[in-house]
Amino acid sequence: MTRCFKWLIDQSGAVAFMAGLLALWQILSYYELISPLFFPSPARTFSTLWTQLLDGQIWPPTLATVMRMVYGWVAASIFGVILGALIARSMLAQGLLNPILEFMRPMPASAFIPVAILAFGLTNQMSTTIIAFGSLWPVLLAAIQGFRSVDERLYEVADALRLSARERFFKVALPSALPDIMAGARVGLAVALILAVVTEMQASLPGLGQNILTAQRAFRTPELYASVIMLGVIGFVASGLLHWCERHTLRWRQAHG
Amino acid sequence: MSRKFLGLVLPLAILIGWEAIWYLAANPLESISRPSQIALALMHGLSDGSVLLLTWQTFESALLGFVIAAGLGVLTGIFLGLAPQLERLVRPTVDLLRPIPSVALIPLAMLIYGFGVRMESSIVAFACIWPVLLITIAAVRGIEPGLLEVSHALQLSTWQRISRIVVPAAMSRIAVGLQLALAIALVVAVTVEIVINPRGLGYGMMSAQQSLQFDRMYALLLWTGLTGWGLSRLSQTLIDHYSPASRAQLPRSPA
Repeated sequence: MTRCFKWLIDQSGAVAFMAGLLALWQILSYYELISPLFFPSPARTFSTLWTQLLDGQIWPPTLATVMRMVYGWVAASIFGVILGALIARSMLAQGLLNPILEFMRPMPASAFIPVAILAFGLTNQMSTTIIAFGSLWPVLLAAIQGFRSVDERLYEVADALRLSARERFFKVALPSALPDIMAGARVGLAVALILAVVTEMQASLPGLGQNILTAQRAFRTPELYASVIMLGVIGFVASGLLHWCERHTLRWRQAHG
Repeated sequence: MSRKFLGLVLPLAILIGWEAIWYLAANPLESISRPSQIALALMHGLSDGSVLLLTWQTFESALLGFVIAAGLGVLTGIFLGLAPQLERLVRPTVDLLRPIPSVALIPLAMLIYGFGVRMESSIVAFACIWPVLLITIAAVRGIEPGLLEVSHALQLSTWQRISRIVVPAAMSRIAVGLQLALAIALVVAVTVEIVINPRGLGYGMMSAQQSLQFDRMYALLLWTGLTGWGLSRLSQTLIDHYSPASRAQLPRSPA
């Protein structure tokens, strides 16, 4: 009971802090102490967002951005896990690929945009390729790490049970590597959202990134903020969902400590 | 030694194959430059100083943003790490701001600052501050409680407590956060240049592509990779040198 009460106090304090910040912002922009052009008051921003939510103006670009992000991320995750499993199995592959992986890890994926534009033009294909390419590395590196640290004894058990190669992968290796893969996939998802916005801005593809850019060019900053808030919501919800999946699928692990 | 040699096999094979295609194909794609041309373009760019200028422009913005984020993040992080009640107050606001993709703020930063260093480094700072802040809070939280009790027993002032106990005890983990932020800084800086800001390596690549100097575009891409790799090696060396403990502590840090 006291615990619940304490939680309530914490939460209301946090909400009060947030409300205080917004109120400060409102006052500052009301008295034009900060430029209302750059920092439109929260009231104006949220009323713009509310109108756009109600008249449906913001939904198509939001959906476009989410789909872009999800396509690229799913492709990268599947490919990353398969490639990771293959690389982790063979010392030869690791020896061959390690320097390339080391080199690619700190590389900005957006640096490949000019090359991708050359190959695909300013198209959705270009965008998906860049997103998949960018979010591949965190998943791949995590998958290699995960598959490599599978307990050798588990494979011995699998051999003793005469599992087929497929069963070995799905029943032993994959579940065992899943925590690492999930962590990598979470980073990959954040990268995917960033690259979705970047490619939308770069190639004028429909989505929130393009919305933000056009709002800025027309000096409609409340609309700009509305799209930024939507992007924040997408990021928040996506990582929350993944976190929930992680907790759900890895429950067996926590039970064993 | 043989392992290192093995690592060279694949890149060399790709390069030789790539070069060979140019001689074998009837009409090779103009847009996929030969490795030898790319190497020449890189040498050319390095010798006339244009690549170094672009590199400096990127580093200027990346490092400025990184320094701002590191300063703000570490100070706020130590403060919030020592005051758990305050941290609970602020945490939800941070959790809501953190998922905003930094690149979404590019148009806003351009509206406020126009093109240039300030606009780019403000985006970099926004991207870098979250990992620094959260890792610093976790690092301060992870300090052995006994150490803080000792500082109470010694009746150290708040400043002495922070400078003699908290910072040295948390430094190895904060360093890991800073290393992460430095890598992010370079990535974000190049991204901002690709999207909009007419300076630095990112812009160099875009303009080389648009003026059909494909060998220069690939050369800059290669160079960007090399500088990123060099920067990450440098920061790793610094960390290994100054706080060898941080490597050992990495797996223990909460995600």
